[in-house]
Amino acid sequence: MKVIYTDSLVIGGGLAGLRVAIAAMQRGYDTIILSLVPAKRSHSAAAQGGMQASLGATIKGEGDDEEIHFADTVKGSDWGCDQDVARMFVNTSPKAIRQLSAWGVPWSRVRRGDREVVINGEKVIITEKDEAHGLITARDFGGTKKWRTCYTSDGAGHTMLYAMDNKAIQMGIPIHERKEAIALIHEDGVCHGAIVRDLISGELIAYVAKATTIATGGYGRLYSITTNAIISEGIGNAIALETGIAALGNMEAVQFHPTAIVPVGILTTEGCRGDGGLLLDKDGYRFMPDYEPGKKELASRDVVSRRMTEHMRKGKGVPSRYGDHLWLDITLLGRKHIEKNLREVKEICEYFLGIDPVEEYIPVRPTQHYSMGGIRTKPTGESPTLKGLFSAGEAACWDMHGFNRLGGNSVAETVVAGMIVGEFVADYCAANALNVSTSTIQRFMKQEEKKITDLLVRDFGENPFQLKAEMQKIMMDKVGIFRNGEDLSQAVEELKVLNRRAKKIALRNRISSSNPELVEAIRVPKMIKLAQCVAYGALLRTESRGAHAREDFPERNDRDWLKRTLTTWKDDSADMPEVFYEDLDVMKMEMPPGSRGYGVDNTVHHPDTVKRELEIEEIKKANPGADRFELQELLNPIPIPEKFKGKNERIGRGFK
Amino acid sequence: MSDQERVLKFQIFRYNPLKKGDKPRMVTYEVTEAPGMTIFIALNDIREQQDPSIQFDFVCRAGICGSCAMVVNGQPTLACRTLTSLYEDGEIKLLPLPGFELIGDLSVNTGKFMRAMSERVESWIHDTRADDVNYEKLEERMDPDVADEIYELERCVECGCCVSACATKRMRPDFLSAVGFMRLARFALDPRDKRTDDEFYEIMGDDDGVFGCMTLLGCEDYCPKDLPHQTQIAYLRRKMVLIR
Repeated sequence: MKVIYTDSLVIGGGLAGLRVAIAAMQRGYDTIILSLVPAKRSHSAAAQGGMQASLGATIKGEGDDEEIHFADTVKGSDWGCDQDVARMFVNTSPKAIRQLSAWGVPWSRVRRGDREVVINGEKVIITEKDEAHGLITARDFGGTKKWRTCYTSDGAGHTMLYAMDNKAIQMGIPIHERKEAIALIHEDGVCHGAIVRDLISGELIAYVAKATTIATGGYGRLYSITTNAIISEGIGNAIALETGIAALGNMEAVQFHPTAIVPVGILTTEGCRGDGGLLLDKDGYRFMPDYEPGKKELASRDVVSRRMTEHMRKGKGVPSRYGDHLWLDITLLGRKHIEKNLREVKEICEYFLGIDPVEEYIPVRPTQHYSMGGIRTKPTGESPTLKGLFSAGEAACWDMHGFNRLGGNSVAETVVAGMIVGEFVADYCAANALNVSTSTIQRFMKQEEKKITDLLVRDFGENPFQLKAEMQKIMMDKVGIFRNGEDLSQAVEELKVLNRRAKKIALRNRISSSNPELVEAIRVPKMIKLAQCVAYGALLRTESRGAHAREDFPERNDRDWLKRTLTTWKDDSADMPEVFYEDLDVMKMEMPPGSRGYGVDNTVHHPDTVKRELEIEEIKKANPGADRFELQELLNPIPIPEKFKGKNERIGRGFK
Repeated sequence: MSDQERVLKFQIFRYNPLKKGDKPRMVTYEVTEAPGMTIFIALNDIREQQDPSIQFDFVCRAGICGSCAMVVNGQPTLACRTLTSLYEDGEIKLLPLPGFELIGDLSVNTGKFMRAMSERVESWIHDTRADDVNYEKLEERMDPDVADEIYELERCVECGCCVSACATKRMRPDFLSAVGFMRLARFALDPRDKRTDDEFYEIMGDDDGVFGCMTLLGCEDYCPKDLPHQTQIAYLRRKMVLIR
């Protein structure tokens, strides 16, 4: 039995995983990263648009600060987020971006003087201040009050990932590539590492660690059409679920991005609309102002995706052999701007659609994009139920996004969570000894070996590719943008059948080393379990919140549903997950539930909301001299690590 | 474009070094073309419908991550964004990228090569203060044009096309190659990196470095991101010549 020991094991080599590893290494703990692919190829690289941090250097971001970023994030989440975590996040994001700047990200900078931009379909001149020249600039994104999304032309994720991986290489952090964690090792409620399959040799290796962090990204590939990379299959979430102890949070919270190209589902960044691009229907008519006169194309993602779907249902979509779509028009931005700031979009249009977006409209429709749900953690990033298991980034339900994530808050979360959770991982390594018996390791090893042997000897059975395609179709057709009880019930039943069938997979290619069919056979039953968590959670949640939109329950119902869905899978032979809930405590909220300001406000209010509003008024009255930092401390004290507690400097206002 | 379906003929290199007795060979597969079909879609179709053992690497399938470079009808390129409709006779021959360790079939170990390259050129900002930067304060300013110029050179996705298209690399196994030169040019341009020209010389001032380049410029011809390899190699060479 091959066993590798380390202090901190990180599963996933994207931005979040790399940053957690760096934090533990900086504190002197031995760290290993496991990755399916070379770290620089992780899906983090695909983030084109940028990272939200309230630096307020550009003139259109003037006056921005943590309070406004916090309010945007909480509203964006439809009050489903954990406000402690959102607070830690907005306070740390400016530090994260400045650290990345020192580590080599060539963030686009403010240029003093006049420049032409497109706002609401009109060309306008804005004038950047002299004193802001050379500081990190920002662009507009959906659902934000200020221009806050910092970027590197159109390659923010790419440059962030390269800087982060380079930092890890500089520090000598080993990244074991082409390795897949297929089970967690745990005993008596403590996680001790993972059983890992080498994707080339097929060998199983036990990686034994004090702290194990899952940073494997989202589960977009549960859907047949998604913007996600093909490795975003949620396997990290699944192995946590399969412990029967760790819980997944809000799995039904799945975001659809308004503008992926048709038919292949590749993303065109929100930067297209942020920079002034418009959505048009089959008549070339700009329809968004009719639905959302305030934010128009730059309403929150979930809102825009639903409005587009509504409009297509009215017969206003452009028919095509792949179904209806709408147009994204960026022609008004001009060649120079597109070739510099939206070049990736241009390349994608040229290669996959054979069109030049400087001259022609881009065919788009809403497509699965982001997983708000994931491994439920405390604000420290640790599972509340499985000690020593941490999670960060899209894989986690740290829960700063609630039921809808704002554009630009995802890569921001990866690096900020990486910083914060990384400190708590290091604390955990400091406070705990590695204490696990080899017989435990062996038991988990044997269990995984047996599963693989069973697959390799079975003569007849199900085809894993087929099962996966069926699952993806169910999710797409019945657990999509708009949901209803009837479709969801069917989805739950159909997935249950798939779950049973997935216990009888047989292979055509029966070798244990490098074998894509075996990889699929190991993953697909796990993916089906996750799909069941999503569908069942969606069926039970009889309200609409953020990206979870129930046609049969259109109102947000704070009275009955201001709670987080938790899902576990205690008995491996069961064919359904167990679902329970944790309440969000209104009386602890810094910002009690209100209206997001889209469409008609039909919220069913929570009885505590008014109580908490009054309480906050009292606290404010009782502390008339308190500045915003002192008020936040009174309303929402947060467990932020000491080294990230400082205030952030901005031009024109210093540390105020 | 005609909607009539045609049958594509894929000739694919097959060899699994881990399978006892396996020998390198070309195998032909037929696939019915679909509108907008890419080599990514076709290969997955072959794997799912015809031969589940076939190995290849895709991650983003959008031309962003650099995983899927292979030799398509004699030319190294990103397979994910290559449309099958580009090939008029419907015949497509796929070979793994040369110059890298073969994992199996069309899959090569570019990750191992690129990590070694990054270690060799020390692909990070050299500034002892970078770790102690006070991130509560305003970030250090940078000229907006310089930031844009650095990004232009940082757009490399480490796909390996330049390495496989390089004749010098074929003759000198330890030749740094265009991907390494581009990385060095990127850091040499960056005011945050405090390395001196002498220090850069230590890394690339020999025949396995920038003086070994025969200027055949396969890198420039085949870079999927159209990076300015020719200009940057010439720039580095002039810079290095001036030192000693």
